[in-house]
Amino acid sequence: MHNSFAIVLSGEAGQGLQTLEELIIASAGREYYVYSTKEIMSRVRGGNNTVEIRLATKPVAAYQEAIDYLFLLNDHAYDRLKDRVHENTLVFSEESYFKGSEQGLKQILPLKSMAGEFGSPIYVNTLLFGYIAGILNLNPETCRQLITARFENLSPEIITNNLKAFEKGSRASEGINLPEAIKKTSHPRPYKILNGTTATGLGALAGGCNFISSYPMSPSTALLVFLSNHGRDFDVLVEQAEDEIAAINMTLGAWYAGARGMVTTSGGGFALMEEGLSLSGITETPVVIHIAQRPGPATGLPTRTEQGDLNLAVYAGHGEFPRIIFAPGYPEDALKLTQKAFYLADKYQVPVMILTDQYFLDSNYQMLSFPLEEEPLESFVTETQRDYLRYKLGDHPVSRRGIPGYGKGLVKVDSDEHTEEGLITEDFEVRQLMNDKRLDKESLILEDYQSAELIGPEDYSKLIIAWGSNYGLVREYIETTDRRDIAFLYVKQVYPLHASLRDFARQADQVLVVENNATGQLAGLLKLHLDIEVTDSILKYTGEPFSIEEFESLLKEVLK
Amino acid sequence: MKPFELNPNTDIAWCPGCGDFSIRKALIMALNELALDPGQVVMTSGIGQAAKMPQYVDTNFFNGLHGRGLPLAVAIKAVNPSLTVIAEGGDGDMYGEGGNHFIHNIRRNPDIAHFVHNNMIYGLTQGQGSPTSPVGQLNTVQVEGVINEPFNPLAVAVSLGATFVARAFSGDIPTLTRIMKAAITHKGYALVDIFQPCVSFNKVNTFKWYQEHTYYLDEGHDPTDRMKAMALAFETDPYPLGILYQTKDRSTYEEKAVVYQEDKTPLIHRRRDLKAVEKLLNA
Repeated sequence: MHNSFAIVLSGEAGQGLQTLEELIIASAGREYYVYSTKEIMSRVRGGNNTVEIRLATKPVAAYQEAIDYLFLLNDHAYDRLKDRVHENTLVFSEESYFKGSEQGLKQILPLKSMAGEFGSPIYVNTLLFGYIAGILNLNPETCRQLITARFENLSPEIITNNLKAFEKGSRASEGINLPEAIKKTSHPRPYKILNGTTATGLGALAGGCNFISSYPMSPSTALLVFLSNHGRDFDVLVEQAEDEIAAINMTLGAWYAGARGMVTTSGGGFALMEEGLSLSGITETPVVIHIAQRPGPATGLPTRTEQGDLNLAVYAGHGEFPRIIFAPGYPEDALKLTQKAFYLADKYQVPVMILTDQYFLDSNYQMLSFPLEEEPLESFVTETQRDYLRYKLGDHPVSRRGIPGYGKGLVKVDSDEHTEEGLITEDFEVRQLMNDKRLDKESLILEDYQSAELIGPEDYSKLIIAWGSNYGLVREYIETTDRRDIAFLYVKQVYPLHASLRDFARQADQVLVVENNATGQLAGLLKLHLDIEVTDSILKYTGEPFSIEEFESLLKEVLK
Repeated sequence: MKPFELNPNTDIAWCPGCGDFSIRKALIMALNELALDPGQVVMTSGIGQAAKMPQYVDTNFFNGLHGRGLPLAVAIKAVNPSLTVIAEGGDGDMYGEGGNHFIHNIRRNPDIAHFVHNNMIYGLTQGQGSPTSPVGQLNTVQVEGVINEPFNPLAVAVSLGATFVARAFSGDIPTLTRIMKAAITHKGYALVDIFQPCVSFNKVNTFKWYQEHTYYLDEGHDPTDRMKAMALAFETDPYPLGILYQTKDRSTYEEKAVVYQEDKTPLIHRRRDLKAVEKLLNA
């Protein structure tokens, strides 16, 4: 792992941890390589939630288990973290929260009494922000601007008090420092801080998404909120549907009429959408589906993370029809692949799924800006002629897609098997032709395959394969391991799988697949579709992501 | 051949004598009397005998999944309000499988017409009880008689604030046509529950039965009186026919949608400004 330093804030729901995280990461992100991740309980108040802010000498995007500075924000904030505290951990807390059994070095931080002069305990968080900003020696002007922007809707008195609280917290941190190696690291380029949700949302906007209908379900809802906040400025019609079934059917209606729509949901909600997915398949109506995975079955662990729905996405929907599934592992890819999802859905008239998870969506990353591609906004909608046939059979399996009211033709689509015109038929020959027409699109889809990325030495003999949110984890391992015989293959398009992956695997005498699930779902697909022999699966399905330390130790056990 | 009409040799998959034929005739008359362009009309439907209607009208259509005709219709109208959108299906499709969409789209008040063929039985699946089957009806599943109270679509619609609520009878094509025209031209969600006989599976609620157990609201009925409409919706045997309720005071879903507040251009004709996305990306 990279030389890094983890600050963990431990409190409970409703205490403002998220605001604190955003303020710290927004300011620290301008001066450090930084990454943050959170783990939360499924409750609105109480419990124990934590935020980790990881500073490093190199860019990092993985969770570190060992805590360097721990801030306890209530009297039950320590217990769940005791295995992550070591003898040099500094544990900051109100005196009354200490129970005496804590490991590490105790550091009394009387935030409540410090807040007394401002007349309200609400200033505790800003005091703490000041304290941490002081430790990190952050530019105070940047921090003050962030505070002012954050509280802009509140009274001038409250803003002034917050700024004073920040100063006070900052002064109180004197004498507490970071290790020299971390402190001296500065990165030259301006990074944008964003989480996986925002990256996916930006991708939707860049892909021309102008319609979203969804039903709230963690951890997918933040994308609906993102598009809702930008709906007015970007002409996105946002509708909270009465259920997931309505959501996907509305979105299919929107595409049919010429919009570019999407749904965002999690495994359970997607299960309800399966018949709609099948409808997209037979009517060849494009649709983009964001599936934010969390542990199942059923309600599972609503606020935790897992990669357990790959098979669901691959096999969802009755009948046989093509689909595309992307699993982005870092924000730039989430943006580009989501943008591309709208383009490919339109181009091939198929459902395209973006498979993310809670860990990816809720973690904050640094990303360098890049120019957006114009091509994905190209529309494939055709102006119809009087003799227009929606499902015209020809050499090409993709028939031109008209929309109602544009041109002289009529656009007839049916969930029953249909003729070229879109009329119900039970002609067996037509049925077979139409089924072939739909399935033949898969070979074209593979021509647009989003290539896997190889990271590490090209002359590797051990290959680690991962998809989605484990990207940052495996990348960090490859960047820091002493071994020169290991490479990482990041598979971003998990369906359909391209034969080129077989060549990557063939070179290795050991192929390891890393997944946050119990049954090795990608490993299974690699075997089934490409006959790739996976020698080892490294799996975790507790509901938590792998930590970098845990991953290193698991690898050590299996790497030959 | 009139607009919306099909080649007369088209094989229509309904039973001979089915009320669907009369409803189809009335619908095509209504569309033509309104001088609508088939290219600017979209029909949506789910599954069932009634839901096959779009197949037999020469216009744009999306015949989707069982119960899901309404979500399609609402979204089509929302992204392109210049289209005339009609959702059509049967009592099982719209009140059973699609019941949640029925409830919540009344609340949305999209500017669509909603035609529901109500024959109090499942036809396509061959004679099971429907949400509107009367208690005691003997059929292929409820072999000792239906025990659940029938769904009352008109009372539900009036109570949820539907802006147009009517009941018609397939046996009276001129009146059905008139009510359909009023529903299509109504600004907002317009429900027409259409009584029809099922000649194959419902031997009780026959053509004659409907004639004997319904009556037309007289000219003096004030359709803006919501409480009166509610009382009428609860009337059974005889069942009132006509426009029970209509109000023009409520904005439609499309009018209320944020995307149409400053710009009335249909959503599908607007282009995404990639520079604006880049600006947000770099913010």
